[in-house]
Amino acid sequence: MPTYQLNINGESRSIEVSEDTPVLWVLRDHLNLVGTKYGCGIALCGSCTIHLDGIAVRSCALTMAQVEGKSITTIEGLSEDGNHPVQEAWKEVDVPQCGYCQTGQIMTASAFLKENPNPTEAEIKDAMQGNICRCASYTRIYKAVEIAANKLA
Amino acid sequence: MKTSSLAGGGLLIGFNLFNSCKPNAKPPIDLAKLNYNDFNAFIQIADNGAVTIFSPNPEIGQGVKTSMPMIIAEELDVAWKDVYVKQGILDTNNYTRQVAGGSQSIRFGWDPLRETGATTRQMLINAAAVRWGVDPSECTTDEGVISNAAGETLGYGEVVNEAAALEIPEEFTLKDVKDYKIIGTDAANVDIDKIITGEPLFGLDYKTEGMVIASVMRPPAFGQKLESYDDSASKAIDGVIEVLRFGDKIAVLAKDTWSAMKGKKALKAEWKADSKLESSEDHDKLMLGLLNGNKFETLRADGNVKKAFEQADQVLERTYESPFLPHNCLEPMNFYANVTAEKIHLVGPIQTPERTAKHIAEMLERDFKEVHLEMTRMGGGFGRRLYGDFAIEAAEISNLARKPVKVVFSRDDDMADGIYRPAIKYRIKAAVKDGKVTGYHLKEAAINSNMYGLIPNFFPAGAIENYQVDVARYQSNITTGAWRAPYTNFLAFAEQSFFDELAEMMEVDKIQLRLDLLQKVKGSTDERIQYSPERMEKVIKKAVEKSGWGTKPEGVYQGFVNYYCHNSHVAEVADVVMENGNPVVKKITCVVDCGIVINPLGALNQIEGGVIDGVGHSMYGDFTFQNGVPQATNFDKYRLIRMKEAPIVETHLMKNEFSPTGLGEPTLPPAGGAIANAFKAATGKRLYKQPFSKYPELLKGPKKEIIG
Repeated sequence: MPTYQLNINGESRSIEVSEDTPVLWVLRDHLNLVGTKYGCGIALCGSCTIHLDGIAVRSCALTMAQVEGKSITTIEGLSEDGNHPVQEAWKEVDVPQCGYCQTGQIMTASAFLKENPNPTEAEIKDAMQGNICRCASYTRIYKAVEIAANKLA
Repeated sequence: MKTSSLAGGGLLIGFNLFNSCKPNAKPPIDLAKLNYNDFNAFIQIADNGAVTIFSPNPEIGQGVKTSMPMIIAEELDVAWKDVYVKQGILDTNNYTRQVAGGSQSIRFGWDPLRETGATTRQMLINAAAVRWGVDPSECTTDEGVISNAAGETLGYGEVVNEAAALEIPEEFTLKDVKDYKIIGTDAANVDIDKIITGEPLFGLDYKTEGMVIASVMRPPAFGQKLESYDDSASKAIDGVIEVLRFGDKIAVLAKDTWSAMKGKKALKAEWKADSKLESSEDHDKLMLGLLNGNKFETLRADGNVKKAFEQADQVLERTYESPFLPHNCLEPMNFYANVTAEKIHLVGPIQTPERTAKHIAEMLERDFKEVHLEMTRMGGGFGRRLYGDFAIEAAEISNLARKPVKVVFSRDDDMADGIYRPAIKYRIKAAVKDGKVTGYHLKEAAINSNMYGLIPNFFPAGAIENYQVDVARYQSNITTGAWRAPYTNFLAFAEQSFFDELAEMMEVDKIQLRLDLLQKVKGSTDERIQYSPERMEKVIKKAVEKSGWGTKPEGVYQGFVNYYCHNSHVAEVADVVMENGNPVVKKITCVVDCGIVINPLGALNQIEGGVIDGVGHSMYGDFTFQNGVPQATNFDKYRLIRMKEAPIVETHLMKNEFSPTGLGEPTLPPAGGAIANAFKAATGKRLYKQPFSKYPELLKGPKKEIIG
């Protein structure tokens, strides 16, 4: 099995894993970073969202070859103490019901706001449309992204 | 073990450590070793007064892990900020009804949880009183501090050990609603810090040393049995440890999830049909046949509906049709089991821990006492996790493999092997004579099982003299079961859009029609009636007021629904506008009477979620079968509502002092009818089948715009 050099949350890691293993499962099973979630495996629910060189990507659809040499940020590395403005906004609004989709939502939102710090309502909704919340906390997710945008402005 | 029973409730609570001991009794465990002092199964109090409260019920996102401890904390009289909440394990000695289902956690927990808090507080007072040599009646508490008449104080932490040795008092005082400091205030989700930083919380996150992952192959079609299989390719995959058969299923055990899933994909299996492989066209024909026939079981019959129809001036009869629905909890089914000679260790997401643990013990011919079950936080339940099939699989496999095993379903496994909301068709017929509704006949044709016995006693039972509810079913090999607000999740749409159409036929005001019917139920001595006409009337009037019903500008179309289920009364008004020739739901005004609201912040999340869930499934949820094979198994073919389609939900909670009732389910059923009625106002067309988006010709605006 090949060995890959990864840069995860600022740390260098060396992983030996079969080349078809999606990054999602490398994170969850091999690196014990379970904050990134599995929901569908075909990049349609957004639960597995991480940052690759700062861009939000669905880790269930990424192979190791595609991430080697790039910088990966997972929810565990988004902030020191859960104090990223998006996370703080999440607390202010008390967003979660079951909580399962939330790390994916936060990762999508944080990458989006870095790229577009002053979004319109339509732009926020477009950006978040790829993340399913089965409990339908959509109103609160939206509000939190809006508040985070204001914090970052 | 001493237990206390409630007056009028019949529910028991156990205190696990101290039986009716006299003062000076030696506690059976070394409290010095504990940082927190074990007071009883629910409460631990540290020397510095910090409190740990155990939440007994499984948490599926409905918020009981926050609200149940709030109730205890209120009567215990501690500050909520001083409380740390932990999830309770399955413990049938000390907790009752550890179930997440039926929207009953708060309703059933209301009395026992208050009693737990209040009795504990009384014991702390009694201990302080002993120390001071005063009468307990002279003492008061305020957020964890006991005071006596002389003004001396003791913190709870200073007397907790003495208190725990005392007898549990028979008498205790409960607070008045007006004195609540915690109940009725906004409390953040107790797990929010862990949720937003990705700490392990869910069953899928659970890990132990030596654990293997099991990916299970189950029959691809309902009605099939396993004939033979070839696991040579599976076993050759790196990471795959073993492959074993159990019943008609094959488990691939691997070191990690991806290898297990690959191992399963590499399996070759032959299946044979053991019973009919069914298709949706068959189901439709069968159910319509049942509705058209005369073989029904009558659940309720008042008066004589047949005569009412014969004598009617007008009759309205309509048929409403719904599909199967998968639950699609975002966290797919999974469960951990480690069956050893000493014990059965179970960990995972389960809405019915006791029933599942007992089933597993029975299956393995072990003593229930040997089962140790920890409930993880769940990535959604919606009723799917009431059924412990996945936990039973894990236990079976662990027992066979003699290893700790976690069964993990892929999304395809999860959607294909569901315990679905059954497909159901309703036929509703009403008779009108002299401007009054004189007859109402509801018929249900369902797959596998029919509406539970309370439903025939919901509205409009008691309001119409000749009233009948008949049910029929077709026994299918497709597994079906409870799905958020069972039966009512579709019946509410059928019934309330029927009333919408009925009002139009009768040329009466839609709201007045409901109010007039409810008038008839007031003062009824019929003990079977489940809903309160007074509470429903208030909810309707509030919804009319808050939604601006009848006052909207041109271009804003509204649909109204009022519904009672799971003990709560709800009214919803949907606002729809036309955009590019299609009706779009912009807002839903939701009025809820669930009695005393424990945590308004959590309540609103439940309410909004229920409404949007109802909108989403009635708009998009479609699930069909071809020869027993589900036609969708992932989100490429199955649509869930997303942010752009979610309407704004504006909620109004009725303020009263009725005992609290549930919120997990009640706001979902009315949503489909509210939007359907609004669509009718906007397009002139009625929807009779779900999902609505399947009938785009019905979701188009009128061809001609009337100007002037």
